[in-house]
Amino acid sequence: MSQSTMDRPLRTEPAPEPAARPRRRLKGGTLLYLYTWLVIIWLIVPIFVMIAFSFNNPAGRYNQHWDGFTLKWWHPAKLFEIQDLSQALWTSLIIAVISSLLSAALGTGIGYALGRYRFRGSGTLNVIMFSTISSPELIMGASLLSLFVSLNVGPGFTTIVIAHVMFSISFVAAIVRARVVTLDRSIEEAAADLGATPWTTFWKVTFPIILPAVFSGILLAFALSIDDFVVTNFTAGSTVTFPLWIWGATRVGLPPQVNVMGTLIFGVGVLIALVTNLRSRKQKKD
Amino acid sequence: MTTPQQSAVSRPPTVTDGTPAIRFAGVHKNYLAHGESVAAVKRTDLAIAQGEFFSLLGPSGCGKTTTMRMIAGFEEPTAGKVYLDGKDVTGVAPNKRDINMVFQSYALFPHLNTYQNVAFGLERKKVAKDEIKRRVGEILDIVSLTGMEKRAPREMSGGQQQRVALARALVNRPRALLLDEPLGALDLKLRQQMQVELKRIQREVGITFVYVTHDQGEALTMSDRIAVMNAGVIEQLGTPRDIYERPSTRFVAGFIGTSNIVEGTADRVENGLALLTYSQQDRVVVPCGSAVRAGDKIEVSVRPEKIDLHRGVPPVSATGASVLSGLVNEVVYHGTSTNYTVATAAGADFTVFDQNASNADDLADRGDRVYLTWAPQHSYLIGV
Repeated sequence: MSQSTMDRPLRTEPAPEPAARPRRRLKGGTLLYLYTWLVIIWLIVPIFVMIAFSFNNPAGRYNQHWDGFTLKWWHPAKLFEIQDLSQALWTSLIIAVISSLLSAALGTGIGYALGRYRFRGSGTLNVIMFSTISSPELIMGASLLSLFVSLNVGPGFTTIVIAHVMFSISFVAAIVRARVVTLDRSIEEAAADLGATPWTTFWKVTFPIILPAVFSGILLAFALSIDDFVVTNFTAGSTVTFPLWIWGATRVGLPPQVNVMGTLIFGVGVLIALVTNLRSRKQKKD
Repeated sequence: MTTPQQSAVSRPPTVTDGTPAIRFAGVHKNYLAHGESVAAVKRTDLAIAQGEFFSLLGPSGCGKTTTMRMIAGFEEPTAGKVYLDGKDVTGVAPNKRDINMVFQSYALFPHLNTYQNVAFGLERKKVAKDEIKRRVGEILDIVSLTGMEKRAPREMSGGQQQRVALARALVNRPRALLLDEPLGALDLKLRQQMQVELKRIQREVGITFVYVTHDQGEALTMSDRIAVMNAGVIEQLGTPRDIYERPSTRFVAGFIGTSNIVEGTADRVENGLALLTYSQQDRVVVPCGSAVRAGDKIEVSVRPEKIDLHRGVPPVSATGASVLSGLVNEVVYHGTSTNYTVATAAGADFTVFDQNASNADDLADRGDRVYLTWAPQHSYLIGV
């Protein structure tokens, strides 16, 4: 006590700091609160508009003004009324499933190798991986088209899948590698020590442990594939995917079915995110 | 009278009968570090007996872990051969060696529960389901984890995880169990408990234990024999008593416990005793066999608890004890004993542990003149 009174004249700042602190924190807290909600609103408004207009009952061809609430677009008969659109959505879904599974299979292998071993060419592989992530889609699409043309491969379903696998694989590999790097090496050694062959070790020990990372990779690849426009546009030929159909339809006016489908895709994504979040939270609690 | 080195080599009779569980013949291991080849383990011969509790003791980087990993098969020797039960296993993959390991980090499978972790090795060997069930139950009983079968590793304490790791290895009834600093992550109390537990379990299952540690206390209390390693070389191999009472090198003397070391020239050698004199009364007597001749430079070591501290001139003993006078530099009271640092006439500072057997009145103070005496058999030559 006496010490602090003696100290006081030496200080440039007045002593009653403790009293000021809670107020400052409160002010900062409010600012942070406001800022957080602004960011959330910014992110959510476009999605909200998409969802809202799936319930719109437009007077004309253009689904751009709010003309009244209806549920009719959500009825399957109405939803899949436009055959080309339904076909395009179906094509996109199939492409997304195939390409995300393929890139997961290949990307997991690459990510595991890069995370676990140092080998001749691992540095180069790293550079190539990140250059495919960072290179502009437009250029990638254009060069893929030239490649397919010069190889005499007709663009279509297959070339879209090849292109999608190509740009998704690096994302999967990067996610898996990050997980493998933090994986305790001795866990795999323990498996070998207990008599497991390298094959058994991978499938019984390593893979189950890195599975969440592989799963995130699949989801990301799926999301990248289903709404890809630029690369798909170059490699599609006469195949029409969901984004390509929407692009074509914008000139004549987007039907509300597009909003319903977009909402459905978004909803499934949110659902998956929620489920994985809950599962990992439950695991942490245990 | 035997020299320290003779006793260290001739002491362990256990290895000579029967085939050793583990044998190293000229094993050498080089690592490539920054483009340079560095020897982690240098030309080592070693035999570990069946059922023995064997410790590899040394500071970090001494090669003890590399030695263990070569037994397990995670590292291959650059030269030399590794034998398990007399069979050459050099180049055999870890999963094909009849040896199990307890890892420093335990390395439990995080996605499997206790039962599944412990059953992992038996499943790989295609043991029948009910046989697995029986053996897992049995081993969980031995490590006192019955009832924990359904727990995941993250739901258990460090001590429990440690015992799961132990059970997971022991359930396979391996030829030898390797333990890599298994108690390092536990707190002191639990560590002492587990030391006793480990010793009990080893007696119960009768499996050869190879224990890697940098903790001399752990090694001394648990082992049948200890190999003290330094810079890739086994400096001394012997029973805990051998190693503590008769360290054969300066490194061992310094690494295991506390040692007082004096250097000097042997003034006289008679009846197998060498004598270093510093003044009329200050002298150090050391048994030397035939290893030392008068005029030789020698190093003599003595343990702090073997020394008696007198405040007056000690009675001149006919047995020819060592006597050194000195001034007390430091007094540290430890409860059961008092530790003194004494600047001696031999030039070296001595540490003395004095048991607080009687009341504390007879404590010497800083600056007091004291006399240190000890019997001849408590001095030993090092590095001969």
